[in-house]
Amino acid sequence: MKTTTPLIEKTRWMFKIRSSDIIFIVTFAILFLVSSLLLDTFFTARNLFNISRQIVTNGFISIGMLIVILAGGVDLSVGCTVALCGIMATGLQKMMPTPFAILVALAVGLFIGFINGFFIAQLKLQPFIVTLASMGVIRGATYVFSEVPQSPVDPLFRSLLGGGFIGAVPVAPLIMIVFYFLAWFFLNRTIPGRAITAIGGNKEAVRLAGINVKGHLILAYMLCGFFASAAGIILASRLGIAQPSVGAGFELDAIAAVVIGGGVMTGGSGGAVGTFFGVLALGFIDNLLNQFNVQSYYQQIVKGIIILVAVVSRRKS
Amino acid sequence: MNAAAFLRMEGITKKYGGTTALKNVSLSAGLGEVHAIVGENGAGKSTLMNILSGAIEPDLGSISLGATTVTIRSPHHANSLGIRAVHQEFSLVPQLTIAENILMGKLPTRGKRHIVIDWPKAYEKARGILAELGFAGIDERTRVFRLSVSQQQVVEIAKALAEKPSVLILDEPSAVLSKEELSLLFALIRRLKAEKTLILYISHRLEEVFEIADRITVLRDGEVIDTVMCDSIDQNDLIRMMVGRSFEEIYPKRTTKIGKEVLTIHNLSREGEFSDIDFSLHRGEVLGMFGLVGSGRTAIARSIFGADPPTSGSIEVDGKVLRLHTPHNAVNTGISLVTEDRKRDGLVLTGTICDNVSLASYPRMSNGIFLNRKLQEKLVEEKIRALALKPQKIKAFVKTLSGGNQQKVILAKWLLCNTKVLILDEPTRGVDIGAKVEIYHLINVLVESGVGVLLISSEMPEVLGMSDRILVMCEGRLVGDISRDKASEERILQLAAGVSREADGLNIALSGITMEGKA
Repeated sequence: MKTTTPLIEKTRWMFKIRSSDIIFIVTFAILFLVSSLLLDTFFTARNLFNISRQIVTNGFISIGMLIVILAGGVDLSVGCTVALCGIMATGLQKMMPTPFAILVALAVGLFIGFINGFFIAQLKLQPFIVTLASMGVIRGATYVFSEVPQSPVDPLFRSLLGGGFIGAVPVAPLIMIVFYFLAWFFLNRTIPGRAITAIGGNKEAVRLAGINVKGHLILAYMLCGFFASAAGIILASRLGIAQPSVGAGFELDAIAAVVIGGGVMTGGSGGAVGTFFGVLALGFIDNLLNQFNVQSYYQQIVKGIIILVAVVSRRKS
Repeated sequence: MNAAAFLRMEGITKKYGGTTALKNVSLSAGLGEVHAIVGENGAGKSTLMNILSGAIEPDLGSISLGATTVTIRSPHHANSLGIRAVHQEFSLVPQLTIAENILMGKLPTRGKRHIVIDWPKAYEKARGILAELGFAGIDERTRVFRLSVSQQQVVEIAKALAEKPSVLILDEPSAVLSKEELSLLFALIRRLKAEKTLILYISHRLEEVFEIADRITVLRDGEVIDTVMCDSIDQNDLIRMMVGRSFEEIYPKRTTKIGKEVLTIHNLSREGEFSDIDFSLHRGEVLGMFGLVGSGRTAIARSIFGADPPTSGSIEVDGKVLRLHTPHNAVNTGISLVTEDRKRDGLVLTGTICDNVSLASYPRMSNGIFLNRKLQEKLVEEKIRALALKPQKIKAFVKTLSGGNQQKVILAKWLLCNTKVLILDEPTRGVDIGAKVEIYHLINVLVESGVGVLLISSEMPEVLGMSDRILVMCEGRLVGDISRDKASEERILQLAAGVSREADGLNIALSGITMEGKA
């Protein structure tokens, strides 16, 4: 018998980390330490839970955005989907039991994703253009549904989702973490997940391997719509009110989180873990700028620069 | 010869980290010479030419042009010294016109400030350059993306020649040219030679090298093995110098018994591509398919696989008619296709070896939707080992592999899904001789296990060396079905050029290929 060398390298997780990840982690740690030292209010359970609640919206949207970016696309309509689904889940409570209202809102999210995916996969249109168009349609539809902010009728709607606590720990971030784990599992351990990732790398090679490219692309956009819808519902629940004007620019935060987390806009690269940390980093930065009383206009400038720096540090030489 | 040398590269050494790409390489060539540089992939040909064209700097060594020693700092600097290179990857902007591409950076202007482009003059100039090169038939206002790959090659060469360089580097120029275009290119090279241009010709195809070159420099593992006069050596010796292997060893003999019909094609047509194709493929058979560029070979392969479905006709696998013509259905029935351009439609470059090999076999590795990773790794590992893929790590990214190993990843993908009919479209394009031999060996192993192989190739030695039977395509029609013992190079070329009637075409076709095997 010949002895055969193992082909699968048993690399420990620590060797899989790239230098860009280290830069990211170190920067993150320094930021964290310095802020804790400078601000008494930063490293307190109250503030940390606060941050964790604030990142949930972007956290959910970013999962969906990650999936479409992996598939080589992008979805600009997520911000508007947040508004529409939030206001539907809230407003429909007047007509039906809350669980149904939530289900309808989620279904609407899936439907929006299906329409986006259909135009992109079946009619072979550019994701940017298709979702830019649907962005306008959805925003309009939101105002058609309700011009005024809607308050939830059902008190449970507030206390269970965005406003719920287990002891001192808020519920919504826990749900989000569970969904990040599910997204990781989906992308790495299931057939559709691997297929979507491969499509972003080379659509034609995947088609010629006998895999249904159109179906998987539509699935990716449906998942994106679903997560945007979930984000909208939880946001309305946390704020206790749903605004038709909410969500402008949310798509950009989500794209930023995915890219900071190692995603590449041409598709095929990126992951759930990276995106999670991207969301976290953006959340901390927002919180810090607020705590240091930086004016909101300056905040935007600082955030833009941070995104650029993050992307440059991940640049392949 | 050395006394007349215009270009002298001496002691060129280049290291990348631990590996030495070039070791003390010296090369000299005179004006009016066609100097071929041959060697396996990775022998250092491209590195040497990249140094000469200013894309990379050598660690050691000197370059002199005429009497002066030069340090080439950038491609732009190389251009100003009269060195131009035509690379395998085109540097054209597809959305712009031919004229604008040829004259890029030097468009004629008018007015005092030289801001406004003088288009009539630009078109005239471009037309002049094209006509001078013997390509007068192309409209210089056509946008480049509308051109065929070989026409783009012509534009690329025109661009390089627009400034009358004294040294012209042609890196695998024939890879995308048809035989007619190749003979035009050769005529052009002879004319440039008469005008005292030094041409450095890099090619895999030794037949061409023998036809066009005066001298040949052989590189192996970054070192110059020898520089020889073209007429003092034959092809077998040259191959031995390049790889240390003889012609017989490249095409090993097979003793497989040919079995039942596995694929039967009836009256297969696809509008505008090919019509009324009839043939059958047996288990354990290698069926070669030869044809010039545009003869419909690739289109047939894609049709059988369902990538571009046929408009009429039938495809039978093991006597069962295929109803749906989609890649999905083809894969399920046991047909697989290794495409011509592995980077464009064969590989997921962002993925690992494991991802790529699994791609067509996910249903086997899962219970419905969840991936069984243990099983996946076991299956992939088996195939990688069977194919002797060299960096044996299944988690390595395919973009880090060499061309030969990438091709093996694609073969592994199809081996894994129990293929019965394997269609190979130019499987050894851009692959070095070492990897070629391994791929031929793999084909033989597959055939012995009962797979039927349809081997599409424009390399005559490959078709003659590997096939049991040879199909010949010409202008979308199947014009020949010849068994190996009755096939000869002349016969195949005659059929492929469609010149049983037209005598002129034969000359064109033959001019591109020298008689292989007789050397």
